[in-house]
Amino acid sequence: MKDPALFTYCMRLADDSAILSQRLSEWCGHASHLEEDIALTNVALDLIGHARELYTYAGQIEGKGRDEDALCFHRVEREFTNLLLVEQPNDDFAYAIMRQFLFSAFMHPFWEAMMKSEDELLAGLAAKAEKEAAYHLRHSAEWVIRLGDGTEESHNRITDALEFLWMYTGEMFECDEVVSLLVAKGIAVDPMSIKHLWDETVNTVLVRANLERPTESWMQTGGRKGEHSEHLGHILSPMQYLQRSFPQAQW
Amino acid sequence: MAVAAKILRSELDQKAWDAVCDVPDPEVPVLTIEDLGVLRDVRVQADGSVQVTITPTYTGCPAMGMFAFDIEAALLNAGFDKVEVKTVLNPAWTTDWLSEKAREKLRAYGIAPPNGKASRRALFGEEHVRCPKCNSANTSRISEFGSTACKALYRCNDCSEPFDYFKCI
Repeated sequence: MKDPALFTYCMRLADDSAILSQRLSEWCGHASHLEEDIALTNVALDLIGHARELYTYAGQIEGKGRDEDALCFHRVEREFTNLLLVEQPNDDFAYAIMRQFLFSAFMHPFWEAMMKSEDELLAGLAAKAEKEAAYHLRHSAEWVIRLGDGTEESHNRITDALEFLWMYTGEMFECDEVVSLLVAKGIAVDPMSIKHLWDETVNTVLVRANLERPTESWMQTGGRKGEHSEHLGHILSPMQYLQRSFPQAQW
Repeated sequence: MAVAAKILRSELDQKAWDAVCDVPDPEVPVLTIEDLGVLRDVRVQADGSVQVTITPTYTGCPAMGMFAFDIEAALLNAGFDKVEVKTVLNPAWTTDWLSEKAREKLRAYGIAPPNGKASRRALFGEEHVRCPKCNSANTSRISEFGSTACKALYRCNDCSEPFDYFKCI
């Protein structure tokens, strides 16, 4: 393989987008109202776009002839290296919104920084993704405020979501040898370099939402090594069913 | 001889461009791929095949497959028998590429065109969108996301018209 670190890095980003997209698409036909149904699936669509580019690129780097479908639909749980945050379930609309907000507050500055990458494809994708992430962030942030500053019921639910999801936010800032190597080459984004931007967005929105930022505590980890929560397998089974049953199916 | 070949090539390129530039957007049929800025380049190769370069408005835009299909059909109809449609992300598409004519077409079709230049928006930046029917600036946003990736949903508070807004990116 030409560049194993770059392959791993692209697969992580692709898996983040693909799994979160699948989670969001579960809202299709179930969201609180029609406009929100359309909004969540629009975000899912943007994420599919990012995943497709990244899987295709990773397949080219790997050079074994695996295309986007092979990489997305023919790998098992332990091979997926997405953040644990994005696989957390849609137990409640507030959970889906908080998950999106915590992720988009990271991804917006992430793609903005990635525009300066030495890697042409990542820089090009970033220029598009950054604009899309700005909308995802604005949409989810407005909902966090509406729910946090809404009724007692909505406030309690978004508080639960924030407290439950908080321990999954540490993973976004992990910098292992794959990231360090690519940061040194000017290809990857050093996640700690955008931590202050994430903090600023999160703090601003939580204050406006009358929510308290959880105290810094132990953070869950494992996603980047393929160690997942029990939820991932349940995401993959409907997502991969068709390609597993009818490999190479086209329509 | 070299000059003649060059002229011939560019005439062919133009012929190929003319054959595909009117391919409409399947979601916003008043706009062509040329109006949108989705059509980036059309080149007739030495072997007579045509290479068309397009760029998506949004990375996940499902219309891209349709564009490629329609482009191929248009070129086949114009007598080119080998077509390759290539998608590039760089430079990233922006609503700044929409011509004044395209903006006018959108307005006439009932879609508010993107506001001004794409620029850095603050997290809670307000966009002042005019109603495409009565031109009132007294409008409110119903949803950040509309029927396609490129549109948001608005309502006019004066004439009550609900309308699409072509998002500025």
